[in-house]
Parts: sequence; structure tokens; C-alpha cells
Amino acid sequence: MSTWNHNGKGDPGSRSARRNNGRQTDPMGVNRTGRSDRFDARGWRRIGEKLFVWACLAAVFIPLLMLACLLGDVIIDGIGRLSWGFLTSPPSRRAGSAGILTAMVGSLYLVGLTAALALPLGVGAAIYLEEYGRRGRLSSFIETNISNLAGVPSVIYGLLGLGIFVRALGMGRSLAAGACTLALLVLPIVIMASREALRTVPYALREASYALGVTRWRTIRSVVLPMALPGILTGAILSISRAMGETAPLIVVGALAYISFLPRGLDSPYSALPIQIFNWVSRPQQEFLDNAAAGIVVLMAVLLALNAVAILLRNRYQRRLD
Amino acid sequence: MTELAPQLLSVPSPSATPVEDRKASNGATLPSARIERPARREQMEESPKLTAEELSAWFGAKQVLQRVSLAIPANRVTAIIGPSGCGKSTLLRCFNRMHETVTGARATGKVRLDGQDIYARGVDPVLIRRQIGMVFQKPNPFPSMSIRDNVLSGLRLTGLLKRELAEGIMERALIQAALWEEVQDRLSEPGISLSGGQQQRLCIARALAVEPEVLLMDEPCSALDPIATARIEDLMHSLSDRYTIVIVTHNMQQAARVSDQTAFLLMGELVEFGATDQLFTSPHDVRTEDYITGKFG
Repeated sequence: MSTWNHNGKGDPGSRSARRNNGRQTDPMGVNRTGRSDRFDARGWRRIGEKLFVWACLAAVFIPLLMLACLLGDVIIDGIGRLSWGFLTSPPSRRAGSAGILTAMVGSLYLVGLTAALALPLGVGAAIYLEEYGRRGRLSSFIETNISNLAGVPSVIYGLLGLGIFVRALGMGRSLAAGACTLALLVLPIVIMASREALRTVPYALREASYALGVTRWRTIRSVVLPMALPGILTGAILSISRAMGETAPLIVVGALAYISFLPRGLDSPYSALPIQIFNWVSRPQQEFLDNAAAGIVVLMAVLLALNAVAILLRNRYQRRLD
Repeated sequence: MTELAPQLLSVPSPSATPVEDRKASNGATLPSARIERPARREQMEESPKLTAEELSAWFGAKQVLQRVSLAIPANRVTAIIGPSGCGKSTLLRCFNRMHETVTGARATGKVRLDGQDIYARGVDPVLIRRQIGMVFQKPNPFPSMSIRDNVLSGLRLTGLLKRELAEGIMERALIQAALWEEVQDRLSEPGISLSGGQQQRLCIARALAVEPEVLLMDEPCSALDPIATARIEDLMHSLSDRYTIVIVTHNMQQAARVSDQTAFLLMGELVEFGATDQLFTSPHDVRTEDYITGKFG
């Protein structure tokens, strides 16, 4: 039935024969001095190996060290300001009594709304692309564009949001406009993570379901999605933590740096943690810089907690698949 | 689905004394004890259960089935044999319209179930698949479901499950699949906690629970050890008095052991189709002879 491929490529016998001839060794690998060098442990190959290992180790530790320095510095500066009062006070002109309450609540509202907008859209798009869309030129065009969108600088999304949501749709400098902008920003991430998660569900399970006379939509809902859910959630959380840390687009669409009341609705003006930090950092007084450091510690804590949840979910997911 | 329970209870066995024997010994038989197979049932002159007429199938531009026509009798085991890539799995998957679920796959021609063309316009493939069940090469129970839920998954996901009938349906499907004895105390454990052979019988139970008329099996034993294989083969015998079974196998001994009819496929073409005894002892076509005597494949 099949013809066997006997040309040089992939045939180790002929290649090693050529190499031996070049080196003038006999077939056992013994050279002219009579000493076998086939298994010699010395030489450049070994030194190169060691250098490579050290270089890789350095590549691990240099960034970790930088991160540790940064965190340490911020914590030393900010730890003195961290208190219950700091978390529960609105911003103030006096650094000593200023807090992050409005910024934090604004961030939570913003992130919640962003998730509510981006998750259904992103997961829906991923389901269409993975489960229903045909493989073809259009789908690879869409795929390339989604990965490109994920790499677009966030300030561009801010300008887009300013043009569409703030101006054209007349939302103004509202919570809704900010959330819509952030949702656009994280949408590519949600779509890509969800597609990845859907792709890990074995095709055999879809077949098993189809063969029982189950419709496609019910198969997706009851067989595919439950298995992909932890992966989708992981992507969702990562994208939410991205939205939480974004500053540039919010500045463009008009988040406020100083606001003394909590958001009261979708059309309410708002602030966010990164905006508040940005504002404090740009002040000359040391007390405000300390406030910024404390704010950064809070933001980092929230982000790390979100990422930890993502990692836990992924681990649980992998264990279930094994 | 209201008459589902009585259907399950009354066992219509048209001519099945040998099958009763098999059933009695079912489960305890060792592979060596099964060399002597029961006498074949008399060929009944009745209309075939499943017929293919001029069936051709493609993956993209590649044609994998060339105008195959054959008639599969009811309540028999029909084997499809042939070398790898000859299109035997594709033929099987055309019988319940699973072929077209793969992107780029299409088929032309007719497949009739009880005379009705399942490729006709307006036929819902989803409903066809409830009549013609399928068991795959690799056991594929739903990993997130318990043994009980796996068996009932077909009815549950199609919305046909009546809660008061669930326990009975599950038990009967597991008994039919010769798995009940082994799992009755652990029905809530996950389906994937079972051994490979048990998982495959769980998949058979899952397929039987939706009460199909035809059961398609795509190399159901190729991932199993000989003892698990023997149990599945016994099962095919006992199931064939109620279901029409079509099995694809690359194992000619298996085809000879389990089937009443055998079809030999070569490069998408049906070379020979006839009674298993005749096909294996005195094939009409020289290609069949070459294949079964091991000259190629």
C-alpha cells in the first residue's frame, strides 16, 4: 500500500557514516591517537552547556529581583499610610486624611460592568468562531485581527472610547462610557482565552453527544461549556485584572481624579484606583507620594488576589482533565 | 417515548435459541471458550433494515467512498472490513449522518432506514441519530458525569427523560450492556473511574438507553485488551436479537467471530458483501481472497 521512504533525510545510518569518514575515525569512534573520544566529557560543548544554564538562570532572577526591589520600595513608602481609614476615606486636599474609598469603589463598579459587558460578548464570539464558524480565509483573517487588537496600545482604545461612547453616543464622562471602553480593550483577551479553552475539550466528547441525537447547541451548552468553563474563567479573571490596572484609556475618556462621592448610577462621574495613584504621584509633596505608594500596595494586592484565583482555577481544571 | 418501558421489557426474539445460549454464558466466557460460534440464524427473506444506494463520500476534494450499495439485514451483526484508509469508518459514519459533522465532509447517494431515505430533504440528522446509535473506537464517557448520568445523558440532553422512569431505564441499559453487576454499587462514581473495557460497555449502555434501532460500532475493541474484547463480542451477540448491529473492524478474526454478514471495502469501493462464512471460506473476488489470506493490508 505505501512506499517506504529511503532517501537520505531521516536515515541516520548514512549520515553518521559520512561524519565518520570526515573525521577519519574508524567505525567504533576511535581516532588516530588510539583513545576513544566518543564519550569524552571535556571540551567546548560542555562549557557552552554550562554557560547556557547560567544565562537562563540569570534570565529568571534578574526580573524577579527588579520586581522585588520595586515591591519592597513601594511597601516601605506606603506601609505607614495603610490603615482602615485610608481604605474608607474619600480623597482630600490634606494628604493625611485622604483615602481611596471613591477610587476603589469606582474601580470595582468599573470592573464589574466591564466584565458584564465583555464576558458574554467574548465567550459568544469564541463559541461562534470555534464551534460554528467555518475554517477558511475569513476565519483566519478574523483570528489574526483579534490577536492584533490584543496588542493595540490601550490609549488608542481610550481615543476610540472618547470618539464613540463619550461623544457620538453622548454618554459623557460617565461610568458607562469608561466600562464600555475597558470592555472593548479586554474583549480580544477574553475571546482568545475562551477559544483556547474550548479547543481543549476533546472532539470525541462532542461526537459522543452528537451520536446520541443531541443538538449542536445543547452539546455546546451541556458538554463543551462545562468542561471549558475553568479555562474561560481563568481568561476572564486575567482580563479583569488587566482592566483594573488600566490608566491611560480612563484618562482619555474622562475619569475624575478628585471625586468625593460614590458613583450613583451608570451616568455618574467616577474615579478609579490607577487614576487616583496617577494623580497623587504627580503632586510634589512627599505625603502624597506616600499615599500613592499605599494605593499601589492596595492595587497590587487586589491584582495578585485575582491572579491567584485564576491560577487555582487552572490547577483544578488540569487535575480534572488528567 | 411513552411506550419506552414496555419496549424494553418485552424481548422480541424471533429465532433465537442459540442466542439464548450465548446470553446464559455471557460474561463468564473466556476467549478460548468461544471459538465455536453458534449456528447462524436462518436467513430470513425480509426487507433490509439499512440500505446504502450509490453512496459516495468526500473529505474536501478527496473521495473516500465510491458509489457503495449494500443492504444490511435487521437483527444481524454486519461487519465492515478492509485495510486502513479504505473508507470503512466513513461508510459507518454515513449511516447516521455523523460523517457530515466534520468540516469539509459531504456525501451523496441514499441511505435508507426501513425504506426511508435519511439523506432526503427535510430530514433532521439529529433525529436520525436517535434511531441509529454509535459507539466509538476510543471509549468516550463524559468525564464530568457519574456512571448513572452517563447512561442517562442521551435522554437528558435530548429532553426526553421522564424522571420516574430514569432508574429503570438506567438499570436495563446497564444490564443489556453487561455492566450492571460490576457497577451497581458505584453508580455515583465518575464514568472515567472505570477500566477501559468497562468504559466501552458504559458507552454502549449510553447508546442503548436512547433506544436506537441500529447500533453502529466503529472498531469498538481496538483500544481494549483481549478479555474486554471478548466481553464486547459476547455483548454484540446478545444485542443482535434486538438491535441491528454494524461493526467496523480491522481485525478479521473478530469479523469472522461476531458477524453474520461481512462487507469488504478497498479504496472506497465495496469489493464484496455476503455471508461471513462464505466470504471468509470461498470469496468470489480475488482481492478479497488476497486480503483475508494476508497478502496485503
